[in-house]
Amino acid sequence: MTYLHNIGAYFLMIVEMFRKPTKWSVMKKLIFKDIDDLIIGSLGIIAFISFFVGGVITIQTALNINNPLIPKYLVGFATKQSIILEFAPTFTSIIMAGKVGSFITSSIGTMRVTEQIDALEVMGINSLNYLVLPKTIALFLYPFAIAIGMFLGILGGMAACVFGGYTSLEDYVLGIQTDFEAFHIIYSFIKTFVFAFLLATIPSFHGYYMKGGALEVGKASTTSFVWTSVVIILINYILTDMMLGS
Amino acid sequence: MIEVKNLHKSFSGVEVLKGISTNFEKGKTNLIIGQSGSGKTVFLKCLLGLFNYEEGSIAYDGKIFSQLTEDEKRNLRAEIGMVFQGSALFDSMTIAENVMFPLQMFADQSKSEMEDRVDFVLKRVNLDNAHNKMPSEASGGMQKRVAIARAIVNNPKYLFCDEPNSGLDPKTAIVIDNLIQEITDEYQITTVINSHDMNSVMEIGEKIVFLKDGLKAWEGSNKTIFKTDNEVVTDFVYSSELMKKVRQMYIEEKQ
Repeated sequence: MTYLHNIGAYFLMIVEMFRKPTKWSVMKKLIFKDIDDLIIGSLGIIAFISFFVGGVITIQTALNINNPLIPKYLVGFATKQSIILEFAPTFTSIIMAGKVGSFITSSIGTMRVTEQIDALEVMGINSLNYLVLPKTIALFLYPFAIAIGMFLGILGGMAACVFGGYTSLEDYVLGIQTDFEAFHIIYSFIKTFVFAFLLATIPSFHGYYMKGGALEVGKASTTSFVWTSVVIILINYILTDMMLGS
Repeated sequence: MIEVKNLHKSFSGVEVLKGISTNFEKGKTNLIIGQSGSGKTVFLKCLLGLFNYEEGSIAYDGKIFSQLTEDEKRNLRAEIGMVFQGSALFDSMTIAENVMFPLQMFADQSKSEMEDRVDFVLKRVNLDNAHNKMPSEASGGMQKRVAIARAIVNNPKYLFCDEPNSGLDPKTAIVIDNLIQEITDEYQITTVINSHDMNSVMEIGEKIVFLKDGLKAWEGSNKTIFKTDNEVVTDFVYSSELMKKVRQMYIEEKQ
């Protein structure tokens, strides 16, 4: 029953988020601040992880292809497919559920504990619109961060391939050009948009409706990470089946 | 003026407010006092519209809150200032930005007009040179004064304070109490203060409502509270040794 109650409350929160809009001059500043906090502030970790995971995927693929009948360019092809289809949109989003999600839950949760949300409500401000909507809009730039992640992942694979001596640069480049399907990119960005919405709203829900003190803020951050990850994995499966399944 | 009639509020079947009726007058500091758990905070949150109540009515200058449309409620809330127990300052903003916040949200003023108004209210609460400090850099007393400045910056008709001097030393507490009373008198605001501090009762209790177990047990002022024979009130008022001595001196003086 609690799960059903929370799912209902989550959707009501989303509806409420669009009511009684905050003044545009104020909202604009909030959106830019959230872009800085949530997107620009995450680029470093996304770049670092993407580059090295791209390298690891390449090495593991190369080491598992021992058969001389399999062409060497397959290493580049497998790296590209893994990064574009799965690593960049999904695994990066799981990592962001930890980084961005915890930040959102703890900052909104602390505002709840210290009565700052009550202060907004008493002033007649729709606190959900003021706090959650700017984060949701800011995270619509998340696909740009993921695009950078894709590029650096493939670049990391190339660096590992060439400097590790697994294949030649020509084979790797041929691999990433082989069987290129634009729809895979579209599929990947559609997933990323959905994940961006989940990354903004699920942690906000856990922060906004938390009860208690400082200890509960920590618990809410952990719960928010778990639920955001679970929902991302489930939605990933559903979207993949819908868009790529036969 | 705020009129409360037969207010009932429950949580999970437990009745916390059991039919409270009272008036809070304009231009006066109205105190709600009582022990912890007597329903003071719930009562205040009902007055502010943060809690819905099952029965009764709250009227702000004749306008019954529950009968107002969403737009009317929003307009009414713009006329309310609130000082929270923990000040509830926005910790990502400077002191000046905190005070300017209600103006940015509701007032149609130019930036320089807003800055002038912020300067004026910060000066009014004796915080001339704190504009660029962050709330975390301010002392408890300063934070309370910033919260008062933020509450009055939009010229509210109603001011609510939840234990405004909790956690403050006695001297700073009196400064805060006097500041609230001066502002109430100066701008003719209807001020409602939630407190269990006897110093506040004596200093600024122009009207006092005493709550006990969700009921109004007594109503009066700082002039009458020490003369009452109501046992519930005397038990609360004279619970400390200091107050017992004050009462003894009062009785001896009378004899």
